[in-house]
Amino acid sequence: MENNQLFDYIIQHADSCLILSHRLSEWCGHGPIMEQDIAMTNISLDILGQAMMLYDYAAKVQGEGKNQDDLAFMRDAWDFKNALLTEMPNGDFAQTIMRQFLFDTFNVNFYEELMKNSNDEELTAIAAKSFKEAQYHLKWSSEWMLRLGLGTDESHARLQNATDELMGYSNELVIPTEADKVALAEGYGVDLEKIKAKRDAKVSEVIAECELNVSEKLFDHTGGKTGTHTEHLGFILAEMQFLQRAYPGLEW
Amino acid sequence: MELDKLKIEELLEQVTDPEIPVISIRELGILRDINIENDQVEVVITPTYSGCPAMGVIKQDISKVLKEAGVDDFSVRLVLSPAWTTDWMTDDGKRKLREYGIAPPDPKSKIVPCPRCGSENTELISLFGSTACKSLYKCNDCKEPFDHFKCH
Repeated sequence: MENNQLFDYIIQHADSCLILSHRLSEWCGHGPIMEQDIAMTNISLDILGQAMMLYDYAAKVQGEGKNQDDLAFMRDAWDFKNALLTEMPNGDFAQTIMRQFLFDTFNVNFYEELMKNSNDEELTAIAAKSFKEAQYHLKWSSEWMLRLGLGTDESHARLQNATDELMGYSNELVIPTEADKVALAEGYGVDLEKIKAKRDAKVSEVIAECELNVSEKLFDHTGGKTGTHTEHLGFILAEMQFLQRAYPGLEW
Repeated sequence: MELDKLKIEELLEQVTDPEIPVISIRELGILRDINIENDQVEVVITPTYSGCPAMGVIKQDISKVLKEAGVDDFSVRLVLSPAWTTDWMTDDGKRKLREYGIAPPDPKSKIVPCPRCGSENTELISLFGSTACKSLYKCNDCKEPFDHFKCH
């Protein structure tokens, strides 16, 4: 491979999109109400599309004649570079909303920076396309944050529980890995510090409005973006990759 | 058959969105360009939403229509940039959507009139609808629910 760092850089985000997409798809047929079941599967489809565009480009950079399906279905857990947040279980609806909100606040700012500042034409094209979708997702997830946070005692308590559970996974997205550092230095990547500032502002605003408490003793869980995952990823891959593993090359 | 752009354009007018069969890919703004060089036809299309499952079918339909017309030497190229926007939808396309029962996108207005009775007394039920490109509304006058093609 000619450019390992560029490949890793693309794969980090592609994997985060794919794994979160799979998590959301687990809600299909189980949503609390029909409209929100549809919302989650629509968002799932959008970020699956984003993952597909990124895998296409990653395969091209890799130059081994592979395609998006090879990258999605034929790699093992240690090759996946998704942020740990995206592999966290759905939990209850509040946990799914919190996970989505923490991802969307990053995703919107990531694509916006990438679209404006990357010197890589393929990445700016993918980012410009995805940015519009991500904004819409954030609209949905932040509305639900408020609805649950300011709803009943029960919904507030559940969202507080989700905050305690997931806040420690939010920073991995903005903590630079080696691939992130090289990407910024080479000009095709984005400045994660800048993104963190914008992301934090939005998260704090919504958290405050929802009257949620964030522990001051947060520990930042990291490792996913460099291939060290929680036990959850293996189970996701077992289900998601089964068909291609059992019948390699199978097509619709 | 002699190849010219107008002829190809006319042929591709038969290719419609598989999920909204009243509107052609040209009217939807998906068909970006037709290039003909040395008797080779290149059809350039762009996806609406990045995960839109209709793109595969649209590609197949383009191939089918061209082959049936005896055009064998062609390719379909997918481009991402510039990103698709509902601003590219033609006025005819918007009218057809409305007649089909889908409120078309209108970037200039926040009001989404009911495609059935024309009332402006409507409300959003859900940001997401039956496909990625639509949200769900209901009309407070004729009481019918309806799809709205989102501004994008």
